[in-house]
Order: sequence, then C-alpha cells, then structure tokens
Amino acid sequence: MRVEQISIFLENKAGRLAEVTKVLAEAGINIRALSLADTSDFGILRLIVNDTEKAKQALKENGFTVGKTTVVAVEVEDKPGGLNKILEILKKAGINVEYMYAFVQQSGNNAVLIFRFDNTDEAIKVLVENGVKVIEGKTLYSM
Amino acid sequence: MIYNMEFETLPREALEAIQLRRLKNTVERVYATVPFYRKKFDEAGVKPSDIKSLDDLKRLPFTTKQDLRDNYPFGLFAVPMENVVRIHASSGTTGKPTVVGYTARDIDTWSELMARALAAAGATRGDIIHNAYGYGLFTGGLGVHYGAEKLGASVIPISGGNTKRQIMIMRDFGATILTCTPSYALYLAEVAQEMGVEPKTLKLKAGLFGAEPWSEKMRDEIEEALNLVALDIYGLSEIIGPGVSVECIEAKKGLHIFEDHFIPEIIDPDTGEPLPYGETGELVITTITKEAFPVIRYRTRDITSLNPEPCVCGRTHIRMNRVTGRSDDMLIIRGVNVFPSQIESVLMEIEEVEPHYQLIVEREGTLDTLTVLVEVGEQAFSDEVKKLQNLERKIEKNIKEYLGVSAKVKLVEPKTIARSEGKAKRVIDKRKL
Ligand SMILES: [Zn+2]
Repeated sequence: MRVEQISIFLENKAGRLAEVTKVLAEAGINIRALSLADTSDFGILRLIVNDTEKAKQALKENGFTVGKTTVVAVEVEDKPGGLNKILEILKKAGINVEYMYAFVQQSGNNAVLIFRFDNTDEAIKVLVENGVKVIEGKTLYSM
Repeated sequence: MIYNMEFETLPREALEAIQLRRLKNTVERVYATVPFYRKKFDEAGVKPSDIKSLDDLKRLPFTTKQDLRDNYPFGLFAVPMENVVRIHASSGTTGKPTVVGYTARDIDTWSELMARALAAAGATRGDIIHNAYGYGLFTGGLGVHYGAEKLGASVIPISGGNTKRQIMIMRDFGATILTCTPSYALYLAEVAQEMGVEPKTLKLKAGLFGAEPWSEKMRDEIEEALNLVALDIYGLSEIIGPGVSVECIEAKKGLHIFEDHFIPEIIDPDTGEPLPYGETGELVITTITKEAFPVIRYRTRDITSLNPEPCVCGRTHIRMNRVTGRSDDMLIIRGVNVFPSQIESVLMEIEEVEPHYQLIVEREGTLDTLTVLVEVGEQAFSDEVKKLQNLERKIEKNIKEYLGVSAKVKLVEPKTIARSEGKAKRVIDKRKL
C-alpha cells in the first residue's frame, strides 16, 4: 500500500519547474500529483507519476538531483472534517507527519491526500486499523 | 612624531651595515639551530659564510607557508621552548594554523615596532587608544596593545564585537586613536550614526587600519565618516604581527618598513627573480632580529612595490605601496585569512557532501560577506526541507568552527557552478575596494 514518489532539488530560479515538466513530457510521463515546498534559497519538487523509474532516469539524464521516497495515499470524503479525522487518528497513535499535500484528481467525489511519514509501515497499519481507505500505488499511478 | 629617532632615521649606509651584520647573525643561527634551514641551505649549496653582502641574500632559498605547515607546530622555532614566552597562530590552508613563537626579547622588539607605528600616526603618551583588533591567537589585538603600553598611551583592550557598546565606550572614554580593520572602522561609523552618536563629535584624531586590503577610496570614506586621519598598517604573524610597516601621518603615502628589523625584497612571483625598486611583484621578507621564529626570505604572497625615495617625515626606511592583491588564492574576509582549500576540507569532512563549491565574496554596506555555494548531489538530497536546511546550518557551523569566519551556505543544483576547461571557478570576489 506504499506509493512511490520522486523528489527533485530545484534552485529558486525562474523557469526551473517548467524545465522539469518539459523533460517529463518529452519522456511521455504523466504527472499524477505535484507539490513544491520552497524556502528563500531552494525548493523541493515532489511528484507522483505513472512511471517512477522512467521519470527518475529522464530527470537524472538532464542533470537534476532526484530522490525516491515512499509516501502513503489516503482517500477522504471531500467534505468538512475529512482531513481532521485522519490527523486525529495519527496524533493518537503518535505518528509524525513529515509533510502532506493534496492529490489532483480529475473526477470523483473523494479527495486524495499524500502523506510522508517517518515510519511508513506503522502509519499504514494504524490507518487501516482505523478504517481509513489507503490507496494502492498501482491504482494511483493510473488514476 | 618619530619614536626611535636614532634607528628610524639612520643614513642608508649605516642602516645597511646594521642590516648586514644582523642578517649574518640570523643566517648563522638558523643554520645551527633549525634542521629545516640547514637542509634547505645545504640543498641550495649555500653556507652562512657565503653571505658577505646584502646582495648575497638572494642566494638563500625562500620559505613558504607550506614550509610552516610542514613543520607544524614548533618545528621552525630557533630556541628551546623554555625561552618561548608567547605563541600566536593564524589560519593555515588545511585547517591547521600557522604557529609562531616569541622570546621575551621578541615581544620587546614587537612592542617597540608597534610603538613606532602608533607614533607614526601621531600618538603620544597622552592618547587613549581604542583597540578593536581581536585579542587571542590572532596577533592584531595583543600586538597593538603592547605597542600602546610601550609608548605609554592608555589602551582600551576592547577587542572585537558588541559594536554599540564600543561606541559608548569610545565616546565616554574619549578615545583619540582607533585601531581596527578598515571595514570595521566604517561599520563603527555606521552604527554610531544609527545610535544617534554623531561620529564627528568623538575625539578621534587618527586611526591605524590593517589586517585586510583597502583602498584610497576607503581611506576617504573612513576619514569623512569618523573625522580622523586614516593610516595603513601592515604585518603578518609569520613575520611578527602588525608593525612590519606603517604609513606616516606626514606623508600618508606608502608604508615605511622597519628596515632595521626586516629586509624586504620584491620578486616575480612566477620565476622567483628579484625585481628592481618600483616594479610590482610579491613582497618577500627576511627577519633579522627575531629570536624564537626567524624567517628567511618569507614569501608573503602580497603584491606590492617598493619606493626608496626620501620621505617628508624624515624616516629613512623604505616605503612599500599599498598591497594590491595576492599571488595565491587567499581571501581576507573581515580580517580573517580564508583559503578556498580550507572550505574544501570542511566540506570533505561532511560525508554526504561532495566538494563542488564556489565562494562568493561581497561587500554589503561596510562588511564583507562570504557565501558558499554547495552543489547538492544524491547523497545529500532529501525530500524534506528541514533536512536540507539542517545541512546548510551544519556546513555553516563547521566553517565558523574551523576557519573562524561566518559564511552563508546556499545549496545549488549540480553542475550549476561554472566550470571552465573542466576546472571550477572557486572564487568570485565582487568586492570593489
Ligand atoms: Zn614618512
């Protein structure tokens, strides 16, 4: 139930994000989810794509520093309190969220959230035990 | 005012006679007591008895900072440790400092030279000297301090830092002479203004500024901002510390080298050949009165020229012009010597970092800033912002610890540091002195 995510180091320079998407488009990669965390100096672009290995290869060939990490995708009802319920569960179990962002979904009534935990397996266990819907990587890549 | 009227105004012939006698003594002594010099002289096929005139000096081999490093810490001392009363050190190229020692007589000599330097700036027993050079292993603080006491002036050992307090003390104590780096002098003026203390209402009349390169333009700025006469002072710990040469207030044009203690030469930094007076090259200095740490033909790496013309002040000692640059890649940042290779060794010690870096030196307002760009490879990369920021802080902390200079570390993408012919450009110095 783990999801693979690639992350890319970007300097805060105009046009860098566009270069990443250009490289991926040329390699025929579809971006499923995207989030950019930035500071005054640099940014970290996090992506979920339909073909992680291929995307990583293409970006590395173009000189980017690329990392691969495991995240967890969770489906929540797209109505008030949905996110809060999940955060409460995690808090009670003492699980630390490193960061999170929303998944961009074309259709459906539910929202998908991407979580990065320091202990992924433990987090998945707790979520499943509490009846939270955790999405398989395979499902997500082709969503 | 001339502190040592007899020795600072010696006729050329008498001065050279003293120099030759002292040079012979020094050469004989280092040959007998320092294995490093004996070996170097033997290799060069020159014996102490071959030194018959000042011109023979050029037959002796050079001494470099690398030699000092190879003999770390006390290998070049020419006296037993029981005769050494003081040890100073300056930053070296690999994190290990360059170590120098002084006998009681060396401290006396140095104090006299600094007393001469202060007197050349017009200081007398009646003056209050605000000494904002750093006290410690660095020679600046204690060098000025001992000279001021020797002169009989009142010295305020304020050292560096806490600028607002410095201004309060400078004003309340009525300091008349300021000693610090030229950039700190400008910073003091700026902070005073911010505090509402009009610098011109201070009692400062002259300042001795050194330990970093500066320019005529900066002199004008400092004089204007602090309403004093700004003079250049030169020295390096390998020779003795501050007080190797100083500008006189009468001429304000070039720094008199205290030639009864040091013999200067200018050489072509590439060939090592001596250059005639007036030509620009690397300054080489031989000490001729030092006991604990004599140096023969030390390559300072400072680029300057010598001016033998008589000076209006009456001193007969030769003048060196302002140092205009370096023949190596050393940077001076806020008075601290920094070699790119030192930054490299700091980076090498951090496992996840590759030594792809670039130093950018800028002058923001009056203070120098050092930014270190470090390329982020896969090893160092993390998808968490916090971890990358911690890495930046860690490098900054290590640079501060090893080099004693504050730097801002900025992570950059791989291959963004310009490489020409495969070789990265390590330093971009944007300072306009
Ligand atoms: Zn003069």
